[in-house]
Amino acid sequence: MVKIIYRDFEGTVREVEAKVGETVMETAIKNGIPGIDADCGGACACATCHVYVDPSFMEKVGTPEDMEQSMLDFAENVTENSRLSCQIPVSEDLEGLTVTTPEAQH
Amino acid sequence: MDLSSAQKIVIIGGGQAGAQASFSLRQGGYEGAITMVCDEHAPPYQRPPLSKAFLKGELPEERLYFKPAAWYEDNGVELMLGMRATKIDRATRQVHLSHGGVLEYDALILATGSRPRPLPIEGASLAGVHELRSLEDVERLAPQTIAGRRIVIVGAGYIGLEAAAVASQLGLDVTVLEMAPRVLARVTSPVMAEFYEAEHARHGVKIRCGAGLSALKGEDGKVTAAVLNTGEELPADLVLVGIGILPNQELAAEAGVACENGILVDRDARTNDPRIFAAGDCACRPLVHFGRTGRLESVHNAIEQGKLAAAAILGKPRPAEDTPWFWSDQYDVKLQIAGIGTGYDQLVVRGDPEARKFAVFYLKGGVLIAADAVNSAPEFMVAKKLIASAAVVAPERLSDTSISMKEIAAEAV
Ligand SMILES: Cc1cc2nc3c(=O)[nH]c(=O)nc-3n(C[C@H](O)[C@H](O)[C@H](O)COP(=O)(O)OP(=O)(O)OC[C@H]3O[C@@H](n4cnc5c(N)ncnc54)[C@H](O)[C@@H]3O)c2cc1C
Ligand code: FES
Repeated sequence: MVKIIYRDFEGTVREVEAKVGETVMETAIKNGIPGIDADCGGACACATCHVYVDPSFMEKVGTPEDMEQSMLDFAENVTENSRLSCQIPVSEDLEGLTVTTPEAQH
Repeated sequence: MDLSSAQKIVIIGGGQAGAQASFSLRQGGYEGAITMVCDEHAPPYQRPPLSKAFLKGELPEERLYFKPAAWYEDNGVELMLGMRATKIDRATRQVHLSHGGVLEYDALILATGSRPRPLPIEGASLAGVHELRSLEDVERLAPQTIAGRRIVIVGAGYIGLEAAAVASQLGLDVTVLEMAPRVLARVTSPVMAEFYEAEHARHGVKIRCGAGLSALKGEDGKVTAAVLNTGEELPADLVLVGIGILPNQELAAEAGVACENGILVDRDARTNDPRIFAAGDCACRPLVHFGRTGRLESVHNAIEQGKLAAAAILGKPRPAEDTPWFWSDQYDVKLQIAGIGTGYDQLVVRGDPEARKFAVFYLKGGVLIAADAVNSAPEFMVAKKLIASAAVVAPERLSDTSISMKEIAAEAV
C-alpha cells in the first residue's frame, strides 16, 4: 500500500492507502474523496479528474502523454503542476504523494 | 412545485443517472431518506468499459463501481438491489416492488435507462446469441470469446464496433453485419464511416454493409450460422446483437406520465407530474443548444440530468447544461464527439484521416453544431466550447491546420 494525500481547495487534507497499479483517480473514488468527478471513468476524455501535483513530486509522477497533455492544454485553471489523476498509476515511488483538487470540481 | 422540504426520495434504476442523482442530493445537503431500487445485482457501475477494457478482461469488476458498496451505507442511501419497481401509483405517491412491498415518495426519480432492441428474427433466442448492456451480459459473453472462434456481430453502431475491436484483439474471427450502406450510419458522417471501415479492415475484421440478416440457424439449441436474405450462410460460434436500444419508459407511461420516444421532461428533468423526474437514457429532454428535444444515450447526459433532477428537488439553481459529448475507444483510436451532427449542411475535415489524427466538423447555417475528433483532443475541447456558444466559425480556418485550435477559439464569434 502507498500513502496518497488529497488536499481540497479549502485546505482540508485526506490521507488514504492506495493500491499499486490503480490510478490516483480510482483511489480517490474508492475512498469517497470529494473534488474528483471522473465523469469518463478514466478514459482520458473528460478532464474532470484534474489535480495539482505537489511540486516535489512532479518528477516522480512523470510527464503526461500526448492525449493527456492536449486535454490539459484546454482544461480550466491549468497550471504547470496540473495532471489528470486518471493517468497517474500508483507506484511505490509515489509514497506520500500530495495532490490538490481544483475548486471548480467541488 | 417546491419540493425542498421532501423527506422521502425514491430513485428507480441504479445506473449512471440514478447513482449521480443520489450523489448530488447528498452533496447538495439533502438529509432525508434516499432509496434506490435496481433490478441488477451489482452496486451502480460504469457501462462504457463493458465493450472496451472490461470485455477484454483487463479490469476487475470492482473497478467499474462508481463508489464502493460501503459508500451507500455510510451516506444513508438505501440500495435495494435485485429488486424491480413494478408500478407507480401517483395518487398515493407509492412505488410498488416486485417482492410485494411499497415505497412512499415525496419526490421520485426515474432513471430506468434503456434495454437492447431485440433482434426480430428466427433463432434470436438460441444459445450463443448475446447482447451487451450489463455486467451479467459480459459475464456470459466473455468466457466464450476464445481465440479462433467465429463471432458475427449484428449492427455496426459504436457498441458493435467496439466489441468487434476487442474480439479481433482477442484473436477471434470477426464479421460485422450492417443493414445500412455504411457503418455508424445513424450517428455519423460518411467520412468517419470510411475511416472506421478501413481501421477494422486493417485488423482483419470483415465488415459487410447492406447485409440483410434473415435468420439465425442452430443445432441442438445452439447457434451455428447467420443466414443472409441472399441465402448465404455465415458460420458462427457466437452472435452478438447490437442494433440499438429502447428507452425503459413503460413504468412511467402506465402511470400516465407523458412519454414520446422516452419520458418527456423539461430543463429541470421534471416530467408532467411535478413530483416525478426522469434522467438518463430513458428521458427525452430539451436540447438547449439545438432548439429541439431529443433522447441522448451517453454518460455525460446521464450525469447532467442526474444533477439537474437533484438540483430541482432541492430548489437549487439549475446546473449548467453543457454541450452533449460522447467518446468511443477502438484499438488505439480514441474518438471524442462534441455536439449532435444531425441536420448538418456543411462538413469540414481538419487533418488527415490516413494519419489517424484528424477531426470532422459539422456546421449548419455557418454555426458549428458537432465535431468528431480522432486522437485530437484540442479539436474536441474547443468544439465543445464553440458549440455551447453557438459560434460562427469560418470553415476555411477550421480546415487549416497551420492555425491552432487556440487561435480558432479566440477568434470565433
Ligand atoms: C456497452 C456500452 C458501452 C457504452 N459506451 C459509452 C461510451 O463510451 N461513452 C458514453 O458516453 N456512453 C457510453 N454508453 C452509454 C452509457 O453507458 C449510458 O448512456 C448510461 O449508462 C445511461 O445511464 P442510465 O442511468 O440512464 O441507464 P442505465 O445505466 O441503463 O441504468 C438503468 C438501470 O435501471 C434498472 N432498471 C430499469 N427498470 C427498472 C425497474 N423497473 N426497477 C428497477 N430497476 C430498473 C436497469 O436494470 C439499469 O440497471 C455505453 C453503453 C453500453 C451499454
Ligand atoms: S476521468 Fe475523465 S479524463 Fe480522467
